[in-house]
Amino acid sequence: MGKPLRSVHLARFNSMKYAILVYETEQDFAHRDQHMPAYNAYSQALSEAGILTGGAALHPGPMASTVRLKDGQRQVQDGPYADTKEQLGGFFLIDVPDLDNALDWAARCPAAGLCAVEVRPLWSMDEN
Amino acid sequence: MDACRAAELAARNSYGRLVAYLAVRSRDIAAAEDALGDAFLKALKTWPDKGIPDNPEAWLLVTARRRLIDVARRSQTHAKLLNTLNLSGVEISDAPGEISFPDERLKLLFICAHPAINVTIRTPLMLQTVMGLNAAQIGSAFLVAPTTMGQRLVRAKAKIRDAGIPFRLPNLQALPDRLDAVLEAIYAAYTTGWDAVIGGDPRHKGLADEAIWLARLCVQLMPEAAEARGLLALMLYCSSRRAARRTATGDYVPLSEQDTSLWSQSLVQQAERELYQASTFGNLGRFQLEAAIQSVHAQRAVTQRTDWETLAQLYTGLIQVSPTIGARVGHGVAIAQTQGISQSLALLDAIPTKFSQNYQPYWALRAHLLTQLGDHAAAQQAYAQAIGLTEDLAIRNFLMDKANEGSLEI
Repeated sequence: MGKPLRSVHLARFNSMKYAILVYETEQDFAHRDQHMPAYNAYSQALSEAGILTGGAALHPGPMASTVRLKDGQRQVQDGPYADTKEQLGGFFLIDVPDLDNALDWAARCPAAGLCAVEVRPLWSMDEN
Repeated sequence: MDACRAAELAARNSYGRLVAYLAVRSRDIAAAEDALGDAFLKALKTWPDKGIPDNPEAWLLVTARRRLIDVARRSQTHAKLLNTLNLSGVEISDAPGEISFPDERLKLLFICAHPAINVTIRTPLMLQTVMGLNAAQIGSAFLVAPTTMGQRLVRAKAKIRDAGIPFRLPNLQALPDRLDAVLEAIYAAYTTGWDAVIGGDPRHKGLADEAIWLARLCVQLMPEAAEARGLLALMLYCSSRRAARRTATGDYVPLSEQDTSLWSQSLVQQAERELYQASTFGNLGRFQLEAAIQSVHAQRAVTQRTDWETLAQLYTGLIQVSPTIGARVGHGVAIAQTQGISQSLALLDAIPTKFSQNYQPYWALRAHLLTQLGDHAAAQQAYAQAIGLTEDLAIRNFLMDKANEGSLEI
């Protein structure tokens, strides 16, 4: 047998951007003040880890307006696009090496224990 | 050896290893498969003229990697990937005759079992990427149309690439969760290779051995995983009977009529050791029970008889853990021996038609039992169903003989 190949770690792959999408129930939205300290701590931990690149908390679904153009006419509908019990309540943008890292951070998000958290890779501009 | 056969042999023996190596480095399973497919085509074109390279595997690897580099260069996005592939390329082309490359198949299996991949596609994905089965074969094993299966496989591979699933073995806590799907794929590959002992696609003859090798890797990786050892034991028991499954002229020999002196006692002993080790972890599961069933059959080489009472009990346990149609039919065989034909038929009748109607062993057993009862008309119908569902020529001939005799030994 000859010499084994050197194993090479790939720098390109050590950076993946993900959105951690926070879903909340109506109750979660109503009791946000209670959850705020946990979210502040979470957000701080993301910052300390040096992986937080953005994010925002959103007002609840009834505050949303949904817009469509039908035959050039603007149609505005009161409420969110999808009328589901759980609504998008906010998001964090993170930059981590891979999905497992992103899932570890998602599991720490308070919403993971309250409702659900969705992890999605950001579409990169140089993907075709 | 002619060039086409050399290429075919390399494809059969090294497909999974080559795909795994290329996929782990390019982090793109589909691209790795495409590149390797191109390399095989190129081999078929150039080897007949230029001769078979000293190390066909290394040749295929270098050619496929070059292809991956070309693709990456064209898309202009993977600058760092290019560096990586070039780096390892220097080492390969230095001495292509001596190259050894690490076996990444186990890593790729566990990547396919990542929780972010839909649970129903994990095993098919492993069968395609690591074992080299095509979508049609996998579709038929999983009762899904080939095109549907193909689309699901493409989507799963895209998800692994685009969602950033890491190309490494999971950590120790995550390993056990993924092991079940890995073991299931290894076993499915084994049975596919097993069925192909005679006739069928020659590429699959090596699958049974590859499956045993992969199970050994799993045992090395997780020495305390009882089910990994159980699966290894199960496959070793089955393989111990390889020489006894067919006559010299290729006729099918049912287990009960096999010449036990043809069974490999060294494989049986290996199997016994693995099964014993597995039992020490106190974590009984499907594969250990199936191995225990085969262990009872293996005893016949020593005792000259089959302990059907124990088999009936083991099948009862197996059905509780894993109520598959195969386990229920096996239970039926044991019950026919211990409690009689009508009890066995009653068990078969209790199996819902949707599970039984396309399951060949069910109809073979049913035909056998009905013949013994003297219900020849119903037996003939069951034989026809069994024969119609058989892919293996030798088994088909066996069943046709039995149908003609009006009697069948299971």
